Amino acid sequence: MNQITTDLLAATPDDAGRFGDYGGRYVSETLIAALEELDSLYNRLSRDPDFQREFDEDLAHYVGRPSPLYEAKRWSDMLGGARIFFKREDLNHTGAHKVNNTVGQALLAKHMGKKRIIAETGAGQHGVASATIAARLGMECHVFMGEEDVHRQSLNVYRMKLLGAEVVPVTSGTRTLKDAMNEAMRDWVTNVDNTFYIIGTVAGPAPYPRLVRDFQSVIGREARAQSLAMTGKLPDALVACVGGGSNAIGLFYPFLSDEGVAMYGVEAGGDGLATGRHAAPLSAGTPGVLHGNKTYLMQDEDGQILHTHSVSAGLDYPGVGPEHAWLKDMGRVEYVAADDTETLAAFHEVTRTEGIMPALETAHALAYTARLAPTMGRDQVIVVNLSGRGDKDINTVARLDGIEL
Amino acid sequence: MSDQPGRIAKRFAELAASGRKAVIPYLVAGDPAADISVPLMHRLVQAGADIIELGVPFSDPMAEGPTIQRGHERALDKGIRLRDALAMVAEFREQDNDTPVLLMGYANPVVGMGFARFADSASEAGLDALLTVDMPPEEVEALNTELKRRGLDNIFLVAPTTPPERVEKITEVATGFVYYVSLKGVTGAGHLDVDSVSEHVALIRRYTQLPVAVGFGIKDAESAARVARDADGVVVGSALVQLMADRAAAGAGQDEILEAAARLLADIRAGVDSVAPLEAVGGAERQAAD
Repeated sequence: MNQITTDLLAATPDDAGRFGDYGGRYVSETLIAALEELDSLYNRLSRDPDFQREFDEDLAHYVGRPSPLYEAKRWSDMLGGARIFFKREDLNHTGAHKVNNTVGQALLAKHMGKKRIIAETGAGQHGVASATIAARLGMECHVFMGEEDVHRQSLNVYRMKLLGAEVVPVTSGTRTLKDAMNEAMRDWVTNVDNTFYIIGTVAGPAPYPRLVRDFQSVIGREARAQSLAMTGKLPDALVACVGGGSNAIGLFYPFLSDEGVAMYGVEAGGDGLATGRHAAPLSAGTPGVLHGNKTYLMQDEDGQILHTHSVSAGLDYPGVGPEHAWLKDMGRVEYVAADDTETLAAFHEVTRTEGIMPALETAHALAYTARLAPTMGRDQVIVVNLSGRGDKDINTVARLDGIEL
Repeated sequence: MSDQPGRIAKRFAELAASGRKAVIPYLVAGDPAADISVPLMHRLVQAGADIIELGVPFSDPMAEGPTIQRGHERALDKGIRLRDALAMVAEFREQDNDTPVLLMGYANPVVGMGFARFADSASEAGLDALLTVDMPPEEVEALNTELKRRGLDNIFLVAPTTPPERVEKITEVATGFVYYVSLKGVTGAGHLDVDSVSEHVALIRRYTQLPVAVGFGIKDAESAARVARDADGVVVGSALVQLMADRAAAGAGQDEILEAAARLLADIRAGVDSVAPLEAVGGAERQAAD
């Protein structure tokens, strides 16, 4: 493993938005000026105490931060190993970590004087968080969502409509998250003068991976302080699910230079990595270029992007944030996969033992935790990012269990 | 690489000498049928095309409007990939060694093939240039090194949003010609602003001697004519892709589709020629050519 020093962290990404060989700004020329404008605005505001105060106040009074760090004692005892703590992002306003980022980007939109926001969404959590912040700021909001996900996540679709957003079903390609992102890019290129694109994860062209990481890093900063206060030490391991990777980077980032903290990013194993029916580019993909950045992708030998498969719409994406690609190559984070079956089992287990119903995305992290905890000692600590709540997935879970609601 | 001017430079020089503007049709390789593209390229040349722009099908064509997206999907369904597009170029070259051909596509298939292998294969196939929509100058250094090694041009886009200092940066790395995107939007959009095109073409000419072609909003003889007043070439894509898709969907055979495509191209040729020579009549190049 290569050590991630604080100096290396401070220099990453570089001025071109690169994390090692990954990241960058692979977009059509029409968008370059808007990205450069966003980059320079963010460079200024990220060092501006007034902006940081505005962001922190929104996190405290609108999102409800800090989110608790909760010790899952019954589940820990059941697994018989490490003490497991949940970082309760599910308790945030709108029910997931996504809102940390939308609050931050909406502030940027406000500073740029943009009145119209667009967003892509898979599970609908980022769409809901974007629609929420748009309602609060009186902005017009259009959310692009793959047609298949519109059916899978009908509850969130209705939530977005109630909030005044227009949900645009995307019928091109595989009709899932990646196609929603293509369509959002097409809208942005057409309406770039008056529109702010709120990207929901740590992927996309620079500066998005950096600014989304910064907005989500509040998760790890809080978890670090809470862990020290509650256990008297840093955690031994961090676990988070990885689709695009924003909740994972949010938890991991403030610990990257702490050598003793092991980190596990859990990708969607779908029907199992061996079947090819999954959404695990870091575990089973190769580097390429998609959606404005160079990163690990699920692709064929001709560079065509492959169909992905996951029980959770939010992880059903063939790429991943470029910082994760870099951390994988550096050996700093271990990327693993949990398949649909063990994910569903973890969903039920945590719901029944802790009274906390996780999102199916989050349940991937829990499934890996169930494998990891028994290999560790009783004096060791795992912090799992409980990135979202599972209400939105009840219909999916019922269907998988063969129950008609 | 050879110091001889490539087919693109040669073609634009010939056109300038006769006071004409380039007509550049865009087609998706393998659309609407896997075996139609090479006959189509020949037919378009007969109907007045000066340069052929061959689209490489990609699963995520982010800069394309619905018409060309569907063209990419149809071609992918038929199994057409980057190597098939290169094979089409090689087959085209068996009968036509003069008409420049450029590939237009997205970064990932080229990244997947590897820049060196792409440059070698493309050069051996007789390709002249590559336009990669999502590889702006900042990301292109490694690719350009390989393209230069095999004498291939790299065509860059300039957009309505590109500020002057960036136009300079782009023209420093561009070869062949500069492709001006005539509108903020995706291919096939309907809001062409001719005055803005005129201003931007003039801006580009402040920084480069390279020819300037314009594309993205041109659908018929009339819009082609308006753009041709300022540009050195016009690209027509969506209108052609749509026409052929409609004919194919209506059950037309290959001959009928080729005929329809040739008629549209001839129409655009006439539109472009209706204005271009007028501008050049008093020009030194035109007189020299006469």
